[in-house]
Amino acid sequence: MLIDLREEYKRMGLPNNYWQLSDVNRDYRVCDSYPTELYVPKTATAHIIVGSSKFRSRRRFPALSYYHKDNHVSICRSSQPLSGFSARCLEDEQMLQAIRKASPGSDFIYVVDTRPKLNAMANRAAGKGYENEDNYSNIKFQFIGIENIHVMRNSLQKMLEVCELKSPSMSDFLWGLENSGWLRHIKAILDAGVFIAKAVSEEGASVLVHCSDGWDRTAQVCSVASLLLDPHYRTLKGFMVLIEKDWISFGHKFNHRYGNLDGDPKEISPVIDQFIECVWQLMEQFPCAFEFNERFLIHIQHHIYSCQFGNFLCNSQKERQELKIQERTYSLWAHLWKNRGDYLNPLFRDDPSQTQGTLHLPTTPCNFMYKFWSGMYNRFEKGLQPRQSVTDYLMAVKEETQQLEEELEALEERLEKIQKVQLNRTQVKSKQSEPSKHSGFSTSDNSTANTPQDYSGNTKSFPSRSPSQGDEDSALILPQDNLKSSDPDLSANSDQESGVEDLSCRSASGGECAPSEDSGKDPDSDEAVFLTA
Amino acid sequence: MEFAELIKTPRVDNVVLHRPFYPAVEGTLCLTGHHLILSSRQDNTEELWLLHSNIDAIDKRFVGPLGTIIIKCKDFRIIQLDIPGMEECLNIASSIEALSTLDSITLMYPFFYRPMFEVIEDGWHSFLPEQEFELYSSATSEWRLSYVNKEFAVCPSYPPIVIVPKAMDDEALRKVATFRHGGRFPVLSYYHKKNGMVIMRSGQPLTGTNGRRCKEDEKLINATLRAGKRGYIIDTRPLNVAQQARAKGGGFEQEAHYPQWRRIHKSIERYHILQESLIKLVEACNDQTHNMDRWLSRLEASNWLTHIKEILTTACLAAQCLDREGASILIHGTEGTDSTLQVTSLAQIILEPRSRTIRGFEALIEREWLQAGHPFQQRCAQSAYCNSKQKWESPVFLLFLDCVWQILRQFPCSFEFNENLLIMLFEHAYASQFGTFLGNNESERYFSALEQILQVFG
Repeated sequence: MLIDLREEYKRMGLPNNYWQLSDVNRDYRVCDSYPTELYVPKTATAHIIVGSSKFRSRRRFPALSYYHKDNHVSICRSSQPLSGFSARCLEDEQMLQAIRKASPGSDFIYVVDTRPKLNAMANRAAGKGYENEDNYSNIKFQFIGIENIHVMRNSLQKMLEVCELKSPSMSDFLWGLENSGWLRHIKAILDAGVFIAKAVSEEGASVLVHCSDGWDRTAQVCSVASLLLDPHYRTLKGFMVLIEKDWISFGHKFNHRYGNLDGDPKEISPVIDQFIECVWQLMEQFPCAFEFNERFLIHIQHHIYSCQFGNFLCNSQKERQELKIQERTYSLWAHLWKNRGDYLNPLFRDDPSQTQGTLHLPTTPCNFMYKFWSGMYNRFEKGLQPRQSVTDYLMAVKEETQQLEEELEALEERLEKIQKVQLNRTQVKSKQSEPSKHSGFSTSDNSTANTPQDYSGNTKSFPSRSPSQGDEDSALILPQDNLKSSDPDLSANSDQESGVEDLSCRSASGGECAPSEDSGKDPDSDEAVFLTA
Repeated sequence: MEFAELIKTPRVDNVVLHRPFYPAVEGTLCLTGHHLILSSRQDNTEELWLLHSNIDAIDKRFVGPLGTIIIKCKDFRIIQLDIPGMEECLNIASSIEALSTLDSITLMYPFFYRPMFEVIEDGWHSFLPEQEFELYSSATSEWRLSYVNKEFAVCPSYPPIVIVPKAMDDEALRKVATFRHGGRFPVLSYYHKKNGMVIMRSGQPLTGTNGRRCKEDEKLINATLRAGKRGYIIDTRPLNVAQQARAKGGGFEQEAHYPQWRRIHKSIERYHILQESLIKLVEACNDQTHNMDRWLSRLEASNWLTHIKEILTTACLAAQCLDREGASILIHGTEGTDSTLQVTSLAQIILEPRSRTIRGFEALIEREWLQAGHPFQQRCAQSAYCNSKQKWESPVFLLFLDCVWQILRQFPCSFEFNENLLIMLFEHAYASQFGTFLGNNESERYFSALEQILQVFG
């Protein structure tokens, strides 16, 4: 299954009056870590692009990451400008102007530097740095303050040390977790994404995002913002597209960051892991907004390191092309898509009015919103997980319901046919002057013991929960209202354990369907229908 | 005493109410004998009905002519009322203070409440000990119901009916009661059908410094042992605390006198330590500053999760003794009314699927907390915000509910109920229109003729 980024840009509504496809990088001559196909503002000529690229670290000039159709606002990404203390570049300034002009209705753009101010200033001494508001007309500059790859590497290291403690006390664990600073970093990335999403959706202002080289924090922040803004990226396919676009095509250095080869240990950093965790934190906050589940994220993360698939090899599109990765390796996306049944979120609501387009993350109170992701960091430890997967259980219930509904449809069709046959027969009989008119159905036909009225009467009126039961729902919330209440019979033999909860060692993970056990609970003639069929 | 005497100003108009998660509402504030009511008299806004008994603390502030009362509730809500007029504000504040500090049970709201819904079941008689005993008596004939405490004379904090080994007669029980703290002699808490082993609970033995012993006590708990098998005594106090208890007349079971029992000490905290822990936790939660830096360390400093962990580990230990080792256990702390009950009820949740159904959970609370004599009135008199001196207040029940929630998180498919039930129980334990959690034990409830009023259950 191929992910075609052209399709994705088309879905965003491009090219249009303001944005065009540029082939200026078609041989990677302008920037060797960028893709060959990029979208730039219509007013950005090749000259401007090339000039701007010379003024940007690694030649990574401002290019489009996400286009918000609703209000023509864009998120662009680049690397830091080589401004030093006082250098200027006309083409780069024109580039930013072009971006602003490409979003009509907005008289300024945000330039978001995701680094801490101190780091950005230090870069100036090396001839790099950040945009000076005085030089660039109509920009509002903003530091966000996400730490660099070395800090993140150490943070993960410390957190894993906490995870490896044998029998930590509560104090050890909480102190250790806080000292690692890991959740603080996750929050910083999410906050940045929220800022950008707000700028785009509420203020209608385009944003240019960069860090140092524009391939780590920039990628994280742009993809988080896109996720918040566009529900398409919250679907299975959309998420794959997002990673293909903002991480793979835009030259995130997979080989270096994830130690695919025996390289420089200082290049290693859990950058995409942090992004994946941000997605998980969002899933916990918005359980109905994502089409995929936690397992999807964990498997993707696993395969980024496994090197089993070619998507995450090499450091740039150029390298992949040279090594003919597409012809010589398999794509993870095809593999995941084939097994997508395992990755679905049973609570997903794809009704657009329900999924509220843009996700709004509450900003206060927020401290305890960030949970420790034991599903990721303790996933190989026995006895540490919730040993019952509500997701799997719900999926099983959903599948069974679907099967039952399909059977229902099939039976209804059969019934219709039989009714037609009956009708023809009685019509024939009435032509033979049969006096009494039945409801149209001959009782001499033994194949249906139930009359259709009974059947339709019972299937339409499902027993709804009586109001006095109130909120005694189990942890399982069946999403559709017209489901029969097929709560498992928890009072008798629990399907998974013999009733003894063993909190210290692992029990067999379940997933067996309890719903089939409670057939005794539904005395309606739904049962009877099956019996006669 | 008339409530009207305590209400200085029954009604004020143009009061603005600020509540978390709701928009501000302007309306009329009314004080009744039991409630603080704010209504904008418009159909689509919600009214506020706040029980005075739910109020933990009141702060008053004045900015010009506008007075603000900040009400901190026992269920952790913080409600702000902007009242025009200083005199009204002061009157309201002092009326509320008086109405929220009533000291007689019979003045409380459950005695006045008339339900608007149809009462389907008489909750007072839903979970009688005889019915609970029915469930065991089919599996075993070694236990019997004893009415020795009918008049609450033997043990004031026990219910009138208890389950004891058949081998013990009532006379012997009276003797054992003199040997246990508060008269709380060992009784059956749970019978494990799988292997016939039991959980018993009691108060601490009053061995004192002289090493006093009581043969009937030994006989009682030995009656639960199988030939040649040992039992476990889980003392929820650390060893040094248990030893110190001897100086005040208490103590622990000596190995010499209880050779077939192995004693294990845990360290579950009690009383004001738990209360302080809750206060710190709630403070940390209410901190509005955005940074993540301090949250985890403040959470850690409150020690709340450490208490949870200790209680859960003890309960797991108890469950494992019963189920894995196939041994009977006796659980006690000091008085047998706090940490003991946490452990026995959690162990049952772990062991028995019935306790994880709604009816079963209600029955569990009825048995192991209400009838077992957990002093709700003392423990839930004040919550996290109270600034007056605390004596017996302690969030023991809340900790238990939190532990249940922790298990619920680990085994989400094994419970018939969700966290809303736990939250509801928490709220009603502190302030309620129902009489379930009034009083400190069955005898107090009986003598206050609580049966006239409604129960939370049913």
